[in-house]
Amino acid sequence: MSEKLTLVSHVDAINWNRIPDEKDVEVWNRLTGNFWLPEKVPISGDVQSWNTLTPEEQTLTMRVFTGLTLLDTIQGTVGAVSLIPDALTPHEEAVYTNIAFMESVHAKSYSSIFSTLCSTPEIDAAFRWSTENQNLQRKAKIVMDYYRGDDPLKRKVASTLLESFLFYSGFYLPMYWSSRAKLTNTADLIRLIIRDEAVHGYYIGYKYQKGLEKVTPERREELKAYTFDLLYDLYDNEVQYTQDLYDGVGLTEDVKKFLHYNANKALMNLGYEALFPNTVTDVNPAILSALSPNADENHDFFSGSGSSYVIGKHEETTDDDWEF
Amino acid sequence: MASLVYFSSTSENTKRFIDKLGVPADRIPLRPKDEPLTVDEPYVLVLPTYGGGNEGGAVPKQVIKFLNDEHNRSLIRGVISAGNTNFGTAYCIAGDIVAAKCHVPHLYKFELFGTQDDVTAVREGLDDLWKQL
Repeated sequence: MSEKLTLVSHVDAINWNRIPDEKDVEVWNRLTGNFWLPEKVPISGDVQSWNTLTPEEQTLTMRVFTGLTLLDTIQGTVGAVSLIPDALTPHEEAVYTNIAFMESVHAKSYSSIFSTLCSTPEIDAAFRWSTENQNLQRKAKIVMDYYRGDDPLKRKVASTLLESFLFYSGFYLPMYWSSRAKLTNTADLIRLIIRDEAVHGYYIGYKYQKGLEKVTPERREELKAYTFDLLYDLYDNEVQYTQDLYDGVGLTEDVKKFLHYNANKALMNLGYEALFPNTVTDVNPAILSALSPNADENHDFFSGSGSSYVIGKHEETTDDDWEF
Repeated sequence: MASLVYFSSTSENTKRFIDKLGVPADRIPLRPKDEPLTVDEPYVLVLPTYGGGNEGGAVPKQVIKFLNDEHNRSLIRGVISAGNTNFGTAYCIAGDIVAAKCHVPHLYKFELFGTQDDVTAVREGLDDLWKQL
């Protein structure tokens, strides 16, 4: 590496009583309120369930998790940190330090899962696989190249696509196991990671859109074209990576739907319309339900499918400013 | 004739959904010092879920303030909410909370600023709903 390290050129004492962008405070509060550590999740409850998986399923699960570990490591040590010098406000810088730290917590949490469920030789073999799998390494390289590049807005695009799209070939598997009542504690931990990544993708995408407001229409067009090019590139690679992992268990097509669904959401985080049509985003309901039990069909009151809908289902709210 | 009332943060996601619907809508103001919104006809509320945690705060403060006004509250006929399935059990929970508090149906949920399918479903659903009101 011969490139010069870029740091913020000038720092003033951060004043949290003068807030140019309320979104910074909102997201800071959300992220700190959501703080968690893997040690609080009782993974040992999954030991019995782990032993019901076939050796092939165990290997798949470990490979998926080392792939996720690599992405979290990149995002923690390079990705989120690379966004700091281009922050628009000091509070945005502070949010990125939180994001960077949580990514390191995520990366560490996979090791917690491994140490509970697997033997040391198995763990070492899975990490070796992650350094040898070409499609995983290519995914890492594409993103890393943009983080090293000199375009702050392109860095945000790459970062949002990582947070909101690239993780999902991996996140699929624990949701799949959970839908079959397997590795349910592990799934609880992964849901915490998914929740964090959703806030990260939303926030970085929001800051990207704020950045777009300050550039010319031509530059905006260039960035839009760039975003879709990068998405197609990453998508092609992601499909191959998915085949490497899931062909053996016959789940590749199901995973691809999940990829399309999440690619659409990643684009929306960047302010762009969904790309994949509903014919290829129909995620397996069992997977969607493992992700969010509230995402069932009953939500569509209009279509009549919600006939069992009960008005006024009791909801706890801890907010104290309601006056009725 | 009824209308839509919506809240959107500076991310403007919910506003984008409203713009795509292309039906008349009043916006609940973002800042405390802005003139408060008062409505005079039945409406459906569209709001985002401030998401992720189980620590409260899912319903934006501005929406709570708007609904604390008894006159405004008396005219709500339904709620549509935005969210993200990545928030698990908190997905679109702001809509559930408002529906429970105001005893109106939670009509529809969509993610972020909605897809074209969401826009079509809500537009058609609202047309039918207005006829019944």
